[in-house]
Amino acid sequence: MAEERVLMKGNEALAEAAIRAGCRCYFGYPITPQTEIAAYMSKRMPKIEGGVFLQAESEIAAINMVYGAAASGVRAMTSSSSPGVSLKSEGISYIAGCDLPCVIVNVQRGGPGLGGIQPSQSDYYMATKAGGHGDFHLLVFAPASVQDMADFAVWAFESADKYRMPAMILSDGLLGQMMEPVVFPEISSAQPEKPWAAVGHNNARPHNIINSLYLQPDELEASNIQRFERYEVVKREMASAQTYLTEDAEIIVTGYGATSRIIRSAVNAARKEGIKAGMLRPVTLWPFPEQAYKDTLSTAKVYLDVEMSMGQMVNDVKLAIECKRPVHFFGHTGGIIPTPAEVLAQIKALDEKIRKGDI
Amino acid sequence: MILERPKSLADVSTHFCPGCSHGIVHRLVSEVMDELQIEGRTVGICPVGCAVTSYNYFTCDMIEAAHGRAPAVATGVKRANPDKVVFTYQGDGDLAAIGTAETVHSATRGENITVIFINNTIYGMTGGQMAPTTLPGQVTQTTPYGRDPRYAGFPVRICEMVSTLSGCAYAERVAVDSPAHVKAAKKAIMKGFRNQLDGMGFSIIEILSTCPTNWGMTPSQAIERVRNEMIPYYPLGVYKDMTDKGGVFGDK
Ligand SMILES: Cc1ncc(C[n+]2csc(CCOP(=O)(O)OP(=O)(O)O)c2C)c(N)n1
Ligand code: SF4
Repeated sequence: MAEERVLMKGNEALAEAAIRAGCRCYFGYPITPQTEIAAYMSKRMPKIEGGVFLQAESEIAAINMVYGAAASGVRAMTSSSSPGVSLKSEGISYIAGCDLPCVIVNVQRGGPGLGGIQPSQSDYYMATKAGGHGDFHLLVFAPASVQDMADFAVWAFESADKYRMPAMILSDGLLGQMMEPVVFPEISSAQPEKPWAAVGHNNARPHNIINSLYLQPDELEASNIQRFERYEVVKREMASAQTYLTEDAEIIVTGYGATSRIIRSAVNAARKEGIKAGMLRPVTLWPFPEQAYKDTLSTAKVYLDVEMSMGQMVNDVKLAIECKRPVHFFGHTGGIIPTPAEVLAQIKALDEKIRKGDI
Repeated sequence: MILERPKSLADVSTHFCPGCSHGIVHRLVSEVMDELQIEGRTVGICPVGCAVTSYNYFTCDMIEAAHGRAPAVATGVKRANPDKVVFTYQGDGDLAAIGTAETVHSATRGENITVIFINNTIYGMTGGQMAPTTLPGQVTQTTPYGRDPRYAGFPVRICEMVSTLSGCAYAERVAVDSPAHVKAAKKAIMKGFRNQLDGMGFSIIEILSTCPTNWGMTPSQAIERVRNEMIPYYPLGVYKDMTDKGGVFGDK
């Protein structure tokens, strides 16, 4: 039976969905614009059997508490915003190196440094390329609505468990603070067995060791190769994108998260003016949905990447289409949100070039 | 009995140098686990330092933490599984330098965990640099002219500091330089684990330890140094004991 729609902030919808997905431990440290997640967890967790909310002394402590809880086989989560996620990177690397599942939420704000508290998408590199030291990847989900915030919380926990890797929900201040109706997804209560967990062997099995140290080079290499073989499966099974009016599109406007909402409006406006524009929104940022981009090559003449950053996703788009078409960039940073009118102007300029034969 | 290997200690040779206290302390912790019959429900957290591979030595379930973060990892395990026994085993660089915040805050929260703290006044694993506990005048790789407090600051006295925190149930400093001290150290470790079983709050046992390799000493010279230089600066004894006051929350 479908559940009722409720009006909620993105951050709160994510927190509620995480709990419904079986998250039993939340560790965090206050930072704008994600604090609603911690506040919501502090209200709900004490009312749930086995529920743990703890305000840590730092983001470093918080991610290491997640590490401990996840190592013991419990679904655990932390959330933060950009500067706080920088601090978590060492812990994220350990979690990945130990093949532990957990969920990390980054409600992005502007950077570098203390930056600003307004929405931003300038942690794309950090999420998809440099979540910490060493050879590893995070699953990265990019919600674009309050409904996505809820759905992806469940998706993230389930995939993290399935592939035994940390998952990140890469949101931003706009989605976190925005209110929209949401229907909470149906959740299967079954969670996979975790025979590897360090939770006491009860004298019934050899001891489990959660560890990322390999002093022998060949052992470390073997462990990395094994992990990357698993990543190949993840790439095949998880890469996800959403397309809108791309079937005949000459101009593919691409962008993730909140920016994709602006792109959609601009594409609608362009279509009204007879311009064949379409939208491609990567839903998973790692794995990057390369095939979805390749599929647009049959009609596309040019790509326009729109982000709230200095253009961190551009190279991934170029690689996905193997540089077979030009890729332009338009964006704002610092908390300035691109407007549909600005994106439309960019689309029109590209359309003009196509008409003139310049593209 | 003394010579028998405790069940909670794996039958493997350790990588510790001759005369290093890590081996003795591993044995004491294992004996305590055996005597309390808790190995099957214990999760140990090892540090980054010479005890990094303790996961191969203790036969309970083990987690290897990032440098200094063991108390946070222990907090995660214990909060998620309050019925399990959780201990950390940390060196002085790990616990008193890079992990100071985790130490102080797990103590002040009254986390119901047991912390085994190896104070050997040096960074062992990385080859003998200054630790927060390095004594004034002590020569290390990074204090080649001896530690000058005017320049490199003063040593940190962890038991004294942590015992001021309301969440700390038990803080005792011991040594393992003589049979009598080893016996007292075991008693303290036993108490640290018992406290956890009784829900008393944060327990820390600081063990004055040797590092003959990086001190440039023979094992017997190293033991003399513990007696003549370390114990005077780091007095042995109980710094805090809330066990007869019902633990840190007064409800036990
Ligand atoms: C983040 C980080 N910084 C530095 C190191 C390097 N490192 C490894 S062990 C160690 C010091 C260990 O000394 P201590 O905690 O006193 O333990 P001991 O080896 O003396 O037992 C350092 C600095 C590291 N592994 N990780
Ligand atoms: S280097 Fe020092 S602390 Fe490390 S094992 Fe050798 S003697 Fe022990």
